[in-house]
Amino acid sequence: MPFDSLPTPSLNEYLMISGLLFAIGLAGVIIRRNIIVIFMCLEMMLAAASLTLVAFSRFNTVDGLPDYDGQMLVFFVITVAAAEVAVGLAIIVSLYRARQTIHTDELTTLKG
Amino acid sequence: MPSFLFYIFAAIMLIGGTMVVFMRNPVSSALSMVLSFLGLAALFVGLNAYLIGILQILVYAGAIMVLFIFIIMLLDLKKEEKNTFRPAAVAAGIVIPLLLVIQLAGVINKQPDSPKAPQLELKQAAANFDEGTMINKRLSDERLPDTHLIGDKLYTDYNFPLQMVAVLLLVATIGCVTLSKKNTK
Repeated sequence: MPFDSLPTPSLNEYLMISGLLFAIGLAGVIIRRNIIVIFMCLEMMLAAASLTLVAFSRFNTVDGLPDYDGQMLVFFVITVAAAEVAVGLAIIVSLYRARQTIHTDELTTLKG
Repeated sequence: MPSFLFYIFAAIMLIGGTMVVFMRNPVSSALSMVLSFLGLAALFVGLNAYLIGILQILVYAGAIMVLFIFIIMLLDLKKEEKNTFRPAAVAAGIVIPLLLVIQLAGVINKQPDSPKAPQLELKQAAANFDEGTMINKRLSDERLPDTHLIGDKLYTDYNFPLQMVAVLLLVATIGCVTLSKKNTK
């Protein structure tokens, strides 16, 4: 491999990058008013957590192999996220049917 | 993965993520999200998690994003274009994540000698698996059979969680059908 002699990123860089992705997702959840985009930003935060898990799995080798427990957790996170998206979008569709809007500003029925 | 590739893919991922937040049109947001997840999948592959990288593309970019775009099309969202960002929400949305990032940077700076990825000892790891199995054969060839290894773990150590996930998917399916059914009283 010609790339083998080049420097590789350290664990801190992976953690920082995934923290940044998480922060961007959080910013999206706070800023946006469109519930579909908020939902997409939630997915992004889940993906950022997955990056952390995979990075820890790779940097903590067990018997010379990556620690696959971390990757199993990512596998389950992806499955649960898929189920969550399906149910969440069904809720959004029925919300739109009832109110003809998906802007969080206009959904104020529960306001005290 | 060499550092320069890491930075290229990390930049793709972060730029895609920023575009999700700041694009007015939800369809552009969804497509930026695909871009972001492609960068993320490349980072996974660089961390020797080949199966997770492929799953990320297949499940997120292939299935979940198509579902999102389908729903956006179904709801016909034109009004969003006119909506401007409200200054208070934008301020809160920048300050709170910024605090998070500052805290994270503070914690990470306490660990200046962060470890590099250790070398994988594939030949040595092969001794832990039975002779004649696919995992043993691939590891002896200095290749990482990561799908086989994940499958091995999934059906032995994680058998019970796997069945729980099956129940979860069933519940999600029933929930979707119930939610989207028209009320016929």
